[in-house]
Amino acid sequence: MANRKIHVKVNGTPMEAEVEPRLLLVHCIRDTFQLTGTHIGCDTSHCGACTVLLDGKPIKSCTFFAIQADGRSITTVEGLEQNGTLHPVQEGFCQEHGLQCGFCTPGMMLTAAAFLKENPKPTEQSIRRAISGNLCRCTGYVNIVKAIQYAAAKLAAGG
Amino acid sequence: MAPRTSPEVGGMGHSIKRKEDPRFVRGQGTYVDDIRLPGMIYLDIVRSPFAHATIKKINPSKALSIPGVLAVITGQDLAKYNLHWMPTLMSDTQMVLPVDKVMFQSQEVAAVLATDRYIAADGVEAVEVEYDPLPVVVDPKKALEPGAPILRTDKKDKKDNHIFHWEVGDKSATEKAFAAAKTTIRQDIYIPRIHVASIETPGCVAQFDKVTGKLTVWLTTQAPHAIRTVVALVAGHVGLSEEKIRIIAPDIGGGFGGKVPVYPGYVIAIAASVLTGKPVKWVEDRMENLQADSFARDYHITAELAAEKDGTLTALRIKTIADHGYTDAAANPSKFPAGLFGICTGSYNLKAAHVQVDGAYTNKPPGGIAYRCSFRVTEAAYAIERMVDIMAHELNMDPADFRRKNFIPADSFPYKSALGWEYDSGNYDAALTKAMEKIGYAGLRKEQAEKRTRGELMGIGISSFTEIVGAGPSKHFDILGLKMFDSCEIRVHPTGKAIARFGTKSQGQGHETTYAQIVAEELGIPASHVLVEEGDTDTAPYGLGTYASRSTPTAGAAGAMAARKIRDKARKIAAHLLEAREDDLEWEPGKFFVRGNPGNAKTIQEIALAAYTNHPQGTEAGLEAVSYYDPPNLTFPFGSYICVVDLDKGTGEVKIRRFVAVDDCGNIINPMIVEGQIHGGLTMGMAPALYEEINYDEEGNIQGGSFMDYLLPTAVETPNWETDKTCTPSPHHPLGAKGVGESATVGAPAAIVNAVVDALWHLGVRHIDIPITPAKVWKCLRDHGVSE
Repeated sequence: MANRKIHVKVNGTPMEAEVEPRLLLVHCIRDTFQLTGTHIGCDTSHCGACTVLLDGKPIKSCTFFAIQADGRSITTVEGLEQNGTLHPVQEGFCQEHGLQCGFCTPGMMLTAAAFLKENPKPTEQSIRRAISGNLCRCTGYVNIVKAIQYAAAKLAAGG
Repeated sequence: MAPRTSPEVGGMGHSIKRKEDPRFVRGQGTYVDDIRLPGMIYLDIVRSPFAHATIKKINPSKALSIPGVLAVITGQDLAKYNLHWMPTLMSDTQMVLPVDKVMFQSQEVAAVLATDRYIAADGVEAVEVEYDPLPVVVDPKKALEPGAPILRTDKKDKKDNHIFHWEVGDKSATEKAFAAAKTTIRQDIYIPRIHVASIETPGCVAQFDKVTGKLTVWLTTQAPHAIRTVVALVAGHVGLSEEKIRIIAPDIGGGFGGKVPVYPGYVIAIAASVLTGKPVKWVEDRMENLQADSFARDYHITAELAAEKDGTLTALRIKTIADHGYTDAAANPSKFPAGLFGICTGSYNLKAAHVQVDGAYTNKPPGGIAYRCSFRVTEAAYAIERMVDIMAHELNMDPADFRRKNFIPADSFPYKSALGWEYDSGNYDAALTKAMEKIGYAGLRKEQAEKRTRGELMGIGISSFTEIVGAGPSKHFDILGLKMFDSCEIRVHPTGKAIARFGTKSQGQGHETTYAQIVAEELGIPASHVLVEEGDTDTAPYGLGTYASRSTPTAGAAGAMAARKIRDKARKIAAHLLEAREDDLEWEPGKFFVRGNPGNAKTIQEIALAAYTNHPQGTEAGLEAVSYYDPPNLTFPFGSYICVVDLDKGTGEVKIRRFVAVDDCGNIINPMIVEGQIHGGLTMGMAPALYEEINYDEEGNIQGGSFMDYLLPTAVETPNWETDKTCTPSPHHPLGAKGVGESATVGAPAAIVNAVVDALWHLGVRHIDIPITPAKVWKCLRDHGVSE
C-alpha cells in the first residue's frame, strides 16, 4: 500500500510524516519524530510502556496505527513539563521514589496524568485500578500510588 | 544508625532524592533501543516452531527478493568463522545459529538484515525452513532415565542427558541423624520455570568501524566488562582485540539476572556489523523474550527434615533435579553448578545436612539464571522455609515458636553452617519478634481460630529467611576464571567536586545516588557534587557487574576503600597546608583539623585545590585513587516476613490481606532506596508464588509465551507492602552494609505459600506447588470436600 501523509499535533507542535499504513504509532513517535521517551515493552498492549495520550485519553501506541492518529493531538512524556516546570505527576514520581529503572515511568505518568484530570480526588483503590494496564517490574507499585497521591494533592492545591 | 553527615552532604543514612530521576521523568533516559546511528540497519530472527528437529534446508531466496532485505545469515555462514557456537558462563556450549538441528521451540534458526525493522520482519516471514522433527524430551526426570533420546549429539562422548552432579555436606552424619530422629518429614517441592521479564527486553546496537577495527556495542548488560572479555576470547580469531572492543551499557530497563547472559542475538548483530561495516540494531520483542531467553528456577526438589521429640531440628536432606534446558547457561560462579543452593539450612541451627543436585538437559531454552536472587538462593530459602513450616504444623507447634526454638542463636555469630558457610552476623529472633508485633500475630491467630469455627479460610504464613550475597571472595568465586572482585576509581577535581566510576552497572537500583552517598560519607564531599559513572568499558575500572545483590558488598566497598586512599593522601596535603604533623590531624567528614584546635582546619575542598595548585614537594600532584575490592566473605542479609491471606471458597482466589516485611541488610546507605528495593522484591516474590509459570506441553510447545498468559502482577493484585527493619551490621564490610536488592524476592514466596497452606492444613492439605492459582486452590477445596 502506498504511503500516506499524516498531520498530527505532538505536544502542541504541528508535525507531519509520510508513513506506511502499517506503521505503528509507537514507531512513528520514536523513529520518525525521534521522541524516544515513549517505550516498547510487550507488543500486545499489556504492559503500557508505550502509553501516550491521544486527544487527552491514554492509549497503547504499540497497537495503534500512526494513520489512525491523523488529525489528532498526541501527548508524550516529553510534553508533560510546561515552561520548565515539571507536571505534578513528574514531581510526585521524584519525591516519592515512584521509579527505579525508569522504563515504565513515561507510560505510567501519562496514564496517571489523564486519570487525575478526570478524578481529582482519587482513592488508593481507584489509583490502583487506573494504572492496572501499566506494568512495573521494579517498584511494587506502593510508591507509584504515593506519587500519584502527591500529584493529586498538588493539583488540588492549585498545581 | 544516625547519619554522621549533614543532609546537605548526604552521606549514609540520608534518603536523598535520586540523581537518575530528572532525566527519567522527562523521558530523557537513553536505553539501547533509543540509540540511532547513521546508516544503521536492523536484524530480526527466524525462530523454530519445533522443540527438537533436524534442519533439512534453509531457503532465503524469497526473503532476499524483498526490497530492503540485505542478507540472510545462517549457522553455515557463521561456521565459516567458527562463530556458530559460543561458550556459556558455565563452560558449556550454546548455539549462536544452528547448522544441523534445533533444540527448543523458538530457538534462533537464521537472521535477516534489512534497512528497516518492518522489512526485517517481512524477511523473517519469507525465509523458508524445512525441518524433520525429532523425539522431544520435556521432563528432566525422564531425560535422566536410561534409553532417553540423547539431546547433545554435538558432544561426541555424551551418552546421556546428565549435566552435572553436585553434592555438599556430611552424608553419613545426616543419615545417622535421620535414623535417630523422632519425627521426619519428606516433601516433593517443584519450583517452576519463570522468567524475569524486565519491561525492557534485551537488545544491542553493534557498530564496527572497518578502518580503525574498533567495535562499539551498546548492550543491555548487567556485566559489561565480563562481556567485553568474552567477546575478545570468542572472536579474537576474527580480529576483535580487547583494546578495540568497547561495551556500553546505557540506561537499563530492569535486569533481575536476565541481562547477565550473552544471547545469540548479540553475537549475530556483532558478526553482522563486522561483515557489513554498518551499525546493526537488534531488539527482541516480548514473545521472543519469554520464549527464548534464559529462564530461572525449574528445580524438582525432594526435601526431608528431621526433628527430636521436643521439636529441635537436627538434620536436612535434599535431592534435586535441575532442568537446565538444552545447555547449562546458568549464570553461576564456576565452582558452584547449583549456585549458592547450599544456603538451604537457612536460619536454623541444624547439626547435619546433605544436599545433592543433578542437572539435566531437556528440549527447552537454556537457563538457570537468577530471577532477582543471588544464585539459587530463592530455591534454598523456599525449600527450608516450607519444610520448617510443615514440620511445625506436623508437630502441632506454632510456626513462630517453632522457628524461635530452632534459630541460630544471636550470640553464636560468626556461625559455621552444616554446609560450610560462615554467616557473618544475624539476629533472627529480633526480626521475627518485630514482624510479629507489627502485624499483631497473637490477635491474628485468635481471629483465625474464630473464623475456622465459621468455616472461613484464613492463613498466616511466616518466612524467616537468610540470604547469601555479595559474591565474592576470589579464592572461591569466579566466572569463567574472572575473579569476582569489584572496583571503583575516584578522581577529585581541583574545585572539590568528584567523579567516581565503578565496575558494576545499575539497572534501576539507583547507583548514581547511593554510590555518591558512599563517597560523601567517606570524604565529606556533598553527594550532589559526586558524578557516578558505570557501564562504559573504555572508562570504568574492570568489574564483574551487578547481580546477586553484589554491588554494595563489592563495588560499594571498593568505593569506600578508594575514598579512604584519597583521605590518606588528603591528610598529607592537609598537614602540609596546616604546617602540622600528620599524626596530629583528626578527620571529621569534610575536613582535617589539628587535634585540640578545631578552628585550625582544612576542608576537603581546600585540600583538593591544593592537590593541583600547592601540593607538598616530594608527593605526587592530584587526588585520585582506585580500589579493586576482594571481599573477605559473603554477606548474609536476613529478614522475617509474615503474610495474612484470605481464601475465597467460591473462586479459589488467594487474597493477601496484609504482608509485613522486616528486613535486616546491615547499615543502610539510602533508606528510601532500600525500601523501594524491598517493595519491588516483594512483588517479584509474590509473582511466582501466585501467578507466573512457564510450562510446556509434551511436544515442547511453550504454554505461556506472551503477557497474555504470563501474568505479571499489576497494581490491583499487589498489596500495600508494610516494611520495617532491624540493623545488624556486617562485621567485615567497610561500611557494615550487606546488600538488599533481592532479599524480598527470596523471602516472600515461602511466606505466601505457608499462609495458604496454614489456611488449609486442618483440611489435610500439606503442600501446594506454586504458582498457587485460583484453579489449584479451588480443586484442592473440592478434593477436600469444601467446595462443590
